[in-house]
Amino acid sequence: MNISVLTLCYLVGSITFIIGLKMLSHPERARRGNLIAAFGMSVAILGTIFLYEDNDVHFLGNKGVIFTALVIGGIIGVFAAKKIKMTAMPEMVSLFNGMGGACAMLISIIEFNYQKSMAFNLGTGNVFTEVVSKGEILVIILGLIIGAVSFAGSMIAWGKLNGVIKDKIFKGQRILNFIILLLLVGTASVFVYVTPATSAELNNTVMPFTDGTYGTTAIVAVHLYIFYGVLALALLYGVMFVLPIGGADMPVVISLLNSFTGVAAACGGFLYNNQVMLTGGILVGAAGTLLTILMCKAMNRSLGSVLIGSFGAKAVSGPSKTTGGHYKEISLSDAAMLLGYANKVMIVPGYGLAVAQAQHTCHDLEKVLIEKGVDVKYAIHPVAGRMPGHMNVLLAEADVSYEKLLEMDTANDEFRTTDVVLILGANDVVNPAAKNDPGSPIYGMPILEVELAKTVIVNKRSMKPGYAGIENALFYQPKTSMLFGDAKKVLENLLAEIKNI
Amino acid sequence: MHSILTFFNDHIQMIYIVILSIFLGIEVIGRVPSVLHTPLMSGANAIHGVVIIGAIIVTGKAQSDNYFALILGFLAVVLGTLNVVGGFVVTDRMLEMFKSKKKSPK
Repeated sequence: MNISVLTLCYLVGSITFIIGLKMLSHPERARRGNLIAAFGMSVAILGTIFLYEDNDVHFLGNKGVIFTALVIGGIIGVFAAKKIKMTAMPEMVSLFNGMGGACAMLISIIEFNYQKSMAFNLGTGNVFTEVVSKGEILVIILGLIIGAVSFAGSMIAWGKLNGVIKDKIFKGQRILNFIILLLLVGTASVFVYVTPATSAELNNTVMPFTDGTYGTTAIVAVHLYIFYGVLALALLYGVMFVLPIGGADMPVVISLLNSFTGVAAACGGFLYNNQVMLTGGILVGAAGTLLTILMCKAMNRSLGSVLIGSFGAKAVSGPSKTTGGHYKEISLSDAAMLLGYANKVMIVPGYGLAVAQAQHTCHDLEKVLIEKGVDVKYAIHPVAGRMPGHMNVLLAEADVSYEKLLEMDTANDEFRTTDVVLILGANDVVNPAAKNDPGSPIYGMPILEVELAKTVIVNKRSMKPGYAGIENALFYQPKTSMLFGDAKKVLENLLAEIKNI
Repeated sequence: MHSILTFFNDHIQMIYIVILSIFLGIEVIGRVPSVLHTPLMSGANAIHGVVIIGAIIVTGKAQSDNYFALILGFLAVVLGTLNVVGGFVVTDRMLEMFKSKKKSPK
């Protein structure tokens, strides 16, 4: 009875996850979709606590421990999620993702120790009904590896987005990573091969243990050592895998690690024959992978090159293909004039705006310009900001109206009729090399064709190339003028100047 | 090898679920506008927090004198809850802003 009610709970959970994800793809229904998924999750969690039955244990014990943990986790979770600034969102997602990975990793550790202890218990006369197959051992170790890689990787990604951890690239890093990966796979295969399965067939091979008891399995110290060896290697790989990847490439990595954690959760689903973990995990695994590929496409990168971190290496070896030539600077008051008397202004926000947290100032500028009768719109590149869609969230937070945000294709049609394009901390997404220079690493990436407009004002902190490490010919074009400085400061000054006109 | 095949045989339902879920996952988010990528990632992040159910089961199964399992299990449930609760709340916060935005200009 209980167990069938629980099955029903899991069915509800699985369906709400699917509906939730589906609704998350539509702007109007997204919020409701999120709440529906949250509801399904609560049903599945409460159902598990109160209704779950094991083969030998009737109900789950240790409810006190579980509830204490739920309350502590819940309070910290709500607090952290409410407090965090909108600009720090990617870090937060990465952090939460790491927590999920760590959770999957711990489950595998406990489960393996549990199986080991069950083997000993048999000798002391306990009824032993647990049957462990090779497949389950495989699932345990997979959950361990994927969870650990996801955890370690997410922590590094979190540190990088925070600026605590710097990019570390050294010679032979790719080879080293490859060796670690090989070692990891090798050790894990050895583990699955040597760890004995407890099944009916093995029941007659009773082995004596040192403490005088007997058991059917021989999960002994050596297997534990290999197990922890695999864990250490997986954690190391997680760190090494994210370390060389550039900070601006983190969204792709987080999205990928996100789908990893999904797969780790699905491993748990296999282990406990649990449909809701399985569907939830695999759904996220598949959706996350697709999202990762979409992001890579938008940046014209292959997933493979992100994975081995070759982009960072390339950026170091060949950034200095100088376009040369002169760029001209523009004074604040001139820029203010240009903007104030334009008919149509298009703002191109980028990573620099997000870093400077200048979205509110940017909105103020927009309001002042509109008061002066200027038509102001925003051109949003799919990968602008620190994550795809992140720029939209940032501008929405600053109360910029939804209709003013143009997607790339619409924006490209409108640049022809635009008087002034104001680029705020964007670089690679407006680099014409993506269209003209087949030798460029970003060749083929769709860009915002800002050069179609009459004038272009670029706000950057310096002439340093963007994260792709390539020069931008746009800056040297006669219609382009540079306005150096931190996006927020520049916007504030610009705002004051425009008000004075 | 044989036992792995047996495992597949025993879990064939599960394997069907996996395969169908993969296609479903891809299909379901296939047409998401880029505006919603970040909230979607965050929402998916919260959903894989379903791993907490495994943590609850493993903690619940532990003998009450097995402190190793209890402590790790406790940690696992805390981390899983963080993932679930934090994930859903953050997603809701992001989407809240989109919603209020849609109404005002019309």
